[in-house]
Amino acid sequence: MNDEPPRRREQLPFGLAHLGLETVERDIPADEPPALGPNAGLRQIGKNAPRWDARAKVTGAARYTVDVALPGMLHAAVLRSPWPHARLRSIDLSRAAAAPGVHAALGVAEPLVSGKPIVLRYVGQPVAAVAAETPALAQAALQLIDVRYEPLPFVTDPDRARQADAPAVYQKPELDKVPSAGLPASAAVYPLSGNVLGPENRNSRGDVAAGFAAAAVVVDGMYRTQVQTHCCMEPHAIVASWHEDGLDVWMSTQFTAGVRVQLARHFGLPLSRVRVQVQAMGGGFGSKSQMGLYGRTAASLSRLARAPVRLVYRRDEEQMDSGNRPSSAQHLRIGARSDGTLTAISLHSHGSAGIAFGAAPGGIASALYPCPNMESLHYDVFTHAGPSCAMRGPGNTQGAFALEQSIDELAEKLALDPVVLRDRIDPSPVHREERRLGAERIGWSQRRAPASDPGPLKRGVGMAQSLWPANVQLNTACEVRLWRDGSVEVLSSVQDIGTGVGTVLAQVVAEELGLEPAAIRVRIGDTEFPSGPPSYGSRTTASITPPARTAAWRVKEALFRTIASAWQVDAQTLIIQDGAIQVRNDPHRRISWREAAAALRTDRISATAGRADDYAGFRHRSGDAAIALNDLGGAQFAEVEVDTESGVIRVLRVVAVHDCGRPINPRQIESQVQGGVLMGVSYALMEERILDSNTGWMLNPNFIDYKLLGAQDAPDIEVVLLENYQGFSASDAYGISEPANIATAAAIANAVYNAIGVRIRSLPMTPAAVLQALGMVPGGRH
Amino acid sequence: MANERRNEDKAVAAGHIAGPGLLPIVLQVNGEDHDLMVEPRTTLAEALRGPLGLTGTKIACNHGVCSACTVWLDDLAVASCSVLAIEVGERRITTIEGLAGQEHLHPVQEAFIAHDAIQCGFCTPGLVMSCAALLARNPHPDRKEIETAISGHLCRCGTYPHVVQAMLALGTREEPDLE
Ligand code: FES
Ligand code: FES
Repeated sequence: MNDEPPRRREQLPFGLAHLGLETVERDIPADEPPALGPNAGLRQIGKNAPRWDARAKVTGAARYTVDVALPGMLHAAVLRSPWPHARLRSIDLSRAAAAPGVHAALGVAEPLVSGKPIVLRYVGQPVAAVAAETPALAQAALQLIDVRYEPLPFVTDPDRARQADAPAVYQKPELDKVPSAGLPASAAVYPLSGNVLGPENRNSRGDVAAGFAAAAVVVDGMYRTQVQTHCCMEPHAIVASWHEDGLDVWMSTQFTAGVRVQLARHFGLPLSRVRVQVQAMGGGFGSKSQMGLYGRTAASLSRLARAPVRLVYRRDEEQMDSGNRPSSAQHLRIGARSDGTLTAISLHSHGSAGIAFGAAPGGIASALYPCPNMESLHYDVFTHAGPSCAMRGPGNTQGAFALEQSIDELAEKLALDPVVLRDRIDPSPVHREERRLGAERIGWSQRRAPASDPGPLKRGVGMAQSLWPANVQLNTACEVRLWRDGSVEVLSSVQDIGTGVGTVLAQVVAEELGLEPAAIRVRIGDTEFPSGPPSYGSRTTASITPPARTAAWRVKEALFRTIASAWQVDAQTLIIQDGAIQVRNDPHRRISWREAAAALRTDRISATAGRADDYAGFRHRSGDAAIALNDLGGAQFAEVEVDTESGVIRVLRVVAVHDCGRPINPRQIESQVQGGVLMGVSYALMEERILDSNTGWMLNPNFIDYKLLGAQDAPDIEVVLLENYQGFSASDAYGISEPANIATAAAIANAVYNAIGVRIRSLPMTPAAVLQALGMVPGGRH
Repeated sequence: MANERRNEDKAVAAGHIAGPGLLPIVLQVNGEDHDLMVEPRTTLAEALRGPLGLTGTKIACNHGVCSACTVWLDDLAVASCSVLAIEVGERRITTIEGLAGQEHLHPVQEAFIAHDAIQCGFCTPGLVMSCAALLARNPHPDRKEIETAISGHLCRCGTYPHVVQAMLALGTREEPDLE
């Protein structure tokens, strides 16, 4: 016998709502709820319920990890390497450990290969840590740690690191210990030559030489992107507390359940004895996905000191040692026939994630526009710099900057409108609709030839397409509880990092139970509840909303059975209408929600549901992660004004048209898209980590010299949301965070070209870079 | 070095230098006086968040650039990470916890909720304090005035558009009732 659960046929809404919907028939598991109609007919989903934790956040009551204070809590401080490359000769913690108020001191630097010397590879790398009664005592104790370093030659500039005589960051046997900036694979599978690891062959296919030979037009460009830091407003923070039964942790994390697994493994504890919590969370953007060395450090200090330990990074520590977006240097060539048909794409990229690997510019160049002949070779370049990690739209944000400028350049050579060319080479009808709507809103038809403004202030318009895989976390569960007094809770370890997933959960459960979202108590961010998904990869909503709806539906069915047996009717005939349960077509058999709940046999009933597979299957699955059949994306259009005398670019307007399946809370989605766009504008124009090549130190480890976009630099942003039904899950909802960031810098670069007639192929597009591109001052890479 | 040391001792003796040990101070916070002992180097933000337990005030940069730590000294919005607790003196401190009335939220807080001018919320208390200060001196701010008033705030989540929208809506509402 096969143990596949029974399935049934279900008709689900399908298509883009504003163009008219059809239905699609899918074979779905029998224990999943019936089809959810389009948003237009729903009461809660698709509406702008206020953010579930808004009141706590505007009154200061929201409790972040940095606000957690436990009785007897100690404060940790970290001693960091002042050298970009050094052998650790000796370390003596005894004076620090004996200092007043100090309860524990610990060396945290480890050799990569056991038995070998400890080598430090970037300025700011943790060496040792102490826990003391006050932050000041901890800081003071660091001065008492006696460390002998043997400084070694180093290299921080990726171009210099590629030269044969550059100091090597790693030796071959160390490769499988190299931290990954995102990819799970080990660096050891690629060849290493000096500091250059690779090539990693990404989706190469066909015959590229033949493809270029068949091309009527070829564009060829070198694109460079900088290192960007995450700049979460809440720094990395953890409070760890060992106790007799195990380990309790409060952590500003994007993945409570994942951190629990990592802590349990590292400390040899059963999963059931590790608890990770986060209430309010002050932003992550990819940098707070793991337990991290800082997490291990706090837990180890707590074990040693037998007291809770709080470790919170300072801003300079954040900037130097909490991850960053890797740099890239992309040589991109695209060949096309005269009608625009692509014949070949060749992308040779180098990227530096510092001492980490995984700096590839994403898969966008090989995935967005189908092309039979593709060559994509990527090389990682090691430097003596802090390790990168995932950052909002990792890879594809860098990749889009090159790809989407090249496509525009191709359009110009073919004398085609950039939107028209994309419509020809992009088979996705959803993308086409995104571009049509965006073009309409921005006034694309009024777009002029490059450098049309005669004066020094020049305006231009440009666009770029975004692409991101629709990720799903299979290891996702959600519980819904109904109490005898009618109150309802939704529970999951999923964390709200500012996306508003708590609101979305309340809306989905409220919809199913005929209640108001405010009536649903949201309990999340705690691994005592069923394991939820991580908040990264734009997968949270897609993963957690189907099981939330399914659990609510199962609770409702259980309540219906109770009422049906009391009324001696078939449970199938019961419906919820206007906050009451009634027999369909018989308004006299009617009972309020509260009265119905009071009939329960026990104080509360509960249902826990897991994430079922997408009804039409997945494109790819591995372990807990899967990729849905659809893509996430969006088209962004930007209007800029370039002051050709000062070099200042102002982004005046951005129209962002996005698809996230079924939108559950349009206003929260709008917030998130605005955030993605603004991070993209900031990336395009301002941000850059600057390392001193003479010392290896970061020169702008603060918010003074590391420029972030402020309110006065923000463009007008118009967000247009598609309502795209695909009949894939009980909620049919997908993510938005990353696609909102991916296209922005590329759209701005294309708009700048349209304004001044010169293409800027390096980020950030600072005033100096603009003046150099215009040939008004010497220097630059153009 | 020795000279400096002697000068310092003399200055302490003459009462010109306080500390470095704990000093008694009184802070008037949200209408109530609090006695506390602080080191001279303790910032107002640290005093509020630590001994007073008022953690609604956030520290994000701790060097006066992001405005997450904004509180009012009398009617002036200041970065509390850049003010020493011992220099506050008699001035009235208002923090995010003291902004709302007993019954109702402050109109700025209501507007932030209504317009979703919040994402992770870490910068939000500071923004609310600056926006409320703006509204107190200018009940009908235009877009430029709002952008200027919040120009010192950094919000990585990108709430600026909704903050501006919320404030514009407040400025144009029928009866500005700020009490
Ligand atoms: S924390 Fe005070 S200005 Fe940033
Ligand atoms: S809401 Fe997250 S930093 Fe402003």
